Amino acid sequence: MEARFLLGFLLLLSLSSFAFAIYEDQVGLADWHKRYIGKVKHAVFHTQKTGRRRVVVSTEENAIASLDLRTGDILWRHVLGKNDAVDQIGLSLGKYVLTLSSQGSVLRAWNLPDGQMVWETDLQISNPSNSFLHVLGNVKSGRDSLSLVCNGGSIRAVSSIDGLVVWKKDLSIDGLKLKHVFQPPESDTIYAIGFIDSSLIALYHINAKTGELLKHATQASSVDLSSEISAISSDSLVALDTSRSNLLLIKFMAGTITNHKLPLSDIVQDFSGLAELIPTKSNDIFVVKTPSNVAFIKVKGDNEIELIGKADEAGIVSDSLTLSEEEQAFAVVHHSNNAISLQVRINGREALTEGIKIEDHRGHVKRVFLNNYVRTDKSHGFRALIVMEDESLLLMQQGEVVWSREDGLASISDAVVAELPVEKEGGVSVVEVEHTLLEWLKGHMLKLKGTLMLSTPDDMAAIQAMHLKSTERNKMTRDHNGFRKLIIVLTRSGKVYALHTGDGRIVWAHLLTPLLQSESCPSPSVLTLRNWRVPHRKALQENPSILLVGRCGAGPESHGFLFIVDSYSGKVLETQILDHSIAEVVPLPLADSSEQKLHLVIDDKLNAHLYPRGSDALEVFVREMANMYYYKVENAKEVIKGYAFKKGCSTGSSAYCFGTRELWSVVFPSDSERIVATARRKINEVVHTQAKIMTNQDVMYKYITKNILFVATVSPKAAGGIGSAAPDDAWLVAYLIDTVTGRILHRVTHQGAQGPVHAVVSENWVVYHYFNLRAHRYEMTVIEIYDQSRADNKDVMKLVLGKHNLTAPITSYSRPEIATKSQSYFFTHSVKAIAVTTTARGITSKQILIGTIGDQVLALDKRYLDPRRTANPSQEEKEEGIIPLTDTLPIIPQSYVTHTRQVGDLRGIMSFPANLESTTHVFSYGIDLFYTRIAPSRTYDSLTDEFSYVLLLITVVVLIVAILVTWAMSQKKDLQEKWR
Amino acid sequence: MERSSALIGSIFLLISISCLINPISAAASGSGEGYSIAGRVKLDNFVTKGFGLGHSPKLSETKVILNGGQRTTFVRPDGYFSFHDVPAGTHLIEVSSIGYLFSPVRVDISARNPGKIQAALTENRRALNELVLEPMKDEQYYEIREPFSMLSLVKSPIGLMIGFMVLVMFVFPKMMDGVDPEEMRQAQEQMREHGIPSISNLVAGRS
Repeated sequence: MEARFLLGFLLLLSLSSFAFAIYEDQVGLADWHKRYIGKVKHAVFHTQKTGRRRVVVSTEENAIASLDLRTGDILWRHVLGKNDAVDQIGLSLGKYVLTLSSQGSVLRAWNLPDGQMVWETDLQISNPSNSFLHVLGNVKSGRDSLSLVCNGGSIRAVSSIDGLVVWKKDLSIDGLKLKHVFQPPESDTIYAIGFIDSSLIALYHINAKTGELLKHATQASSVDLSSEISAISSDSLVALDTSRSNLLLIKFMAGTITNHKLPLSDIVQDFSGLAELIPTKSNDIFVVKTPSNVAFIKVKGDNEIELIGKADEAGIVSDSLTLSEEEQAFAVVHHSNNAISLQVRINGREALTEGIKIEDHRGHVKRVFLNNYVRTDKSHGFRALIVMEDESLLLMQQGEVVWSREDGLASISDAVVAELPVEKEGGVSVVEVEHTLLEWLKGHMLKLKGTLMLSTPDDMAAIQAMHLKSTERNKMTRDHNGFRKLIIVLTRSGKVYALHTGDGRIVWAHLLTPLLQSESCPSPSVLTLRNWRVPHRKALQENPSILLVGRCGAGPESHGFLFIVDSYSGKVLETQILDHSIAEVVPLPLADSSEQKLHLVIDDKLNAHLYPRGSDALEVFVREMANMYYYKVENAKEVIKGYAFKKGCSTGSSAYCFGTRELWSVVFPSDSERIVATARRKINEVVHTQAKIMTNQDVMYKYITKNILFVATVSPKAAGGIGSAAPDDAWLVAYLIDTVTGRILHRVTHQGAQGPVHAVVSENWVVYHYFNLRAHRYEMTVIEIYDQSRADNKDVMKLVLGKHNLTAPITSYSRPEIATKSQSYFFTHSVKAIAVTTTARGITSKQILIGTIGDQVLALDKRYLDPRRTANPSQEEKEEGIIPLTDTLPIIPQSYVTHTRQVGDLRGIMSFPANLESTTHVFSYGIDLFYTRIAPSRTYDSLTDEFSYVLLLITVVVLIVAILVTWAMSQKKDLQEKWR
Repeated sequence: MERSSALIGSIFLLISISCLINPISAAASGSGEGYSIAGRVKLDNFVTKGFGLGHSPKLSETKVILNGGQRTTFVRPDGYFSFHDVPAGTHLIEVSSIGYLFSPVRVDISARNPGKIQAALTENRRALNELVLEPMKDEQYYEIREPFSMLSLVKSPIGLMIGFMVLVMFVFPKMMDGVDPEEMRQAQEQMREHGIPSISNLVAGRS
């Protein structure tokens, strides 16, 4: 009776809320959110005396951000669209940030203090190419200031106040590429200098107010011009020729152009190789960077130049910084053995040299931006913003790193989960216990106040702070519930980070590619990472480790390499440059005697190489080889092929190299279908039960196989984005394919549908998201697969007599009858990523994690995607929890796992189980990172943090008091009775 | 038909003010085949309650997305936004603004009748006269704490426990009043033997 009551109660609880939801004061309890910007490519300092000092940056992730120069915190940030790469940024009127993007076709202005977009102008450029932005300093047409955008042979002048194009000048000359725009002070004439087909130099005089062409001249150049120029004064510039070994000094006095060729070897001794011009601003000085050094050169009088300074060993050079009329400063940064030396040169002379120690996991310096400030004694101080090889950003000032940002984490390409070390046995002192007890009680009093809605804002803040600094969740050891883990992520730069799930801090970081860089491996890049050793039975004394696989060059045929890294410390255990290429890494469900997981590396010639190399690994693999299959999706050829392995490979005689034999292929008709998406089950997913009990006490058997592959194809006309195809030309075909036999288990066509398709496969179902052109809405479809061959096992007599096939193994070799159930629903948002929750034993109900267009992660209960939903469910169905059918999937705001946070440019969602069956970790990444723990069916197996211990304590006390009082009362009554 | 005639846009002058006056407007732009879509996002009528701890939704964080990410633009301080050089066809505009749920908008740019644009909300198929996008509802991401009430306390497991205790303590003795005085005396004698009165004894004594 009691059990039933409890069950009913639990049911009530679970029905009362389908969604994951948290209270506002629980923010930060289990989740963390980190914001990044990505690899910085442009930086503009804004360091006026008044107001906050800040630096505005644009990055390769198409983000623009304003950073606080004191702390490196993000003041504001915007992420532009995928095809909207920023070309240049600038400041205008001292209060707007201008960004030129989409190859010079879009100009936007952002308010500097708060990042509000002020205006946006589409420049309607017919053939987008290299464009540049020039903010005119002193033209006052009214009180406005103009910004010039030059693109090829056209100039547009845009008002800085409202973004209107004031004038537009198309010079309409084929092959003209404007290179430089200049306006002498106190003049209304703009000089535009360009090259025509790398052989002619052209000069245009343009009225700054009206855009009228006043004068123009052309002159043949004595050398073939490259695109690099450096403007050195109001009437001259320096260009580099295409051989990158000669300079051309161009003067354009009074409407005429003269040019003069200067071989670089005359100026810089021991010059060889290719030179590079560093852009400068006036002052008759320019900088040439050669492979071996950096030369500072001054132009003197007519066609005479002089070397005024030289920095040996080529470093990274910043753009020029104008200190005063006569002074130009450059930063030259060298990097050697975990130290950076920053050299500031004013007019070529060394003004300042600072050395600084730096962690060796940051690699080389990639870019440097220089800024100055005036000290109290009127001398110049310098600060430098440095971008490192791992894409991190450092601010250096007075020989110190003021702050650093790990912006490499904005470009995560792969992630795995690893365990933390086991806690060592050790005593806990009494004082500590008392202290924690007091803290604990205090915390619970606060929480009680929160529950009773009595807390003041101060208390709320205290509760939040308590959550954040809770030491328990940040320990470096494994916990019983499996809440503390390491997320090991790989970034685009090849750096590997281990993040703690407690607070997202970096436990260790390692930039691996420099370890390899050599003749035999010119440009290493890491492709993927996998768990290599997950000790649990035999090799417990061994540390878990991670396998990283990469390629030495860009092409698919270049040699591979692999690293094995200790996941506790980040130490590299093994490095190996392979003698074959890498096309794919296939983890096998096998391990050798020391618990190292077996992996097959497939090369571009379809040979399979077994790792780890060891006799027992080989033995294990050869024993299981007959049951191993591999499939390959050839997107370009619209073919999926299945392979088996055989001994002996085509390229060598190594015992660890195996050949492949084609077993089957599925060829899609290329004139009507294009593969757009594939998805398969997670290898390590656990399924609790195969049986599914229906409302009418019937049993359905899920068709559970790890070899199921979901493939979606669309018609070629609909392969483009939304808006490009008509409903009649578009169709989407979904296939379920068995990857061992190549058998197509199910095929369904959606007429009038197109991609992008996002799919997730789990247990016996697949859920996919696509666009329905007829309704012009997004749709999600669920397909569930059931095994019909086991369907007649319901007969009890058969079970008693043993005439059933329940114990028969599930195998792809047999061809069981299968049945599918399917249903489709509308879904409001575009989807960027899709995943499913996974728990330790697969008992907890599933939620589908959907990364929406708003960069949020929505947890949608699988019960909404149940093909058994009907418009009017019967009483039994209602009891079972079947939700009445609606045409649209509901979006419950409380079920956004990211609550009010956004994961900028969301790219991936990952779910991994905790030890506690009810709970799963969710990690989503884009430019930002967000981590949280969710319980899809609520935490039924442990008391939540919400549980009010104080209330329990009070109840117990009240009960005791009540017992005492009633006891006393009864004693009294007894006595009275005796007196009677 | 009246509706659609209102949608006919004006010829797109360089950067025309007209697109600000007439919210849905499209016209062949200077280069190529494209049209422009201009509209406005309106958040004014929605007052957010309890968005909490300094996070107030800002217009500056509002993005307008064309065709599921092909293009992204931001809204100006006055709520206006525009896409340029959009080919004829049927497009989808989504608004992403934390704290609000916007319905995606279907925008048809007619190829036969240049400059004619029709817009409709996809969620409820409501046609729009002008491209003014308002949130369908604001989104509350946090569970609201129920104000403290006796009822919620009584409903909690502990409350139920106390309720049961009270029931046993006060109602059961009342039920015993109806019991035969003989039996009652017996039970009381029994109780005296044990000293402390206990509920289990009371219950046992009754039967």
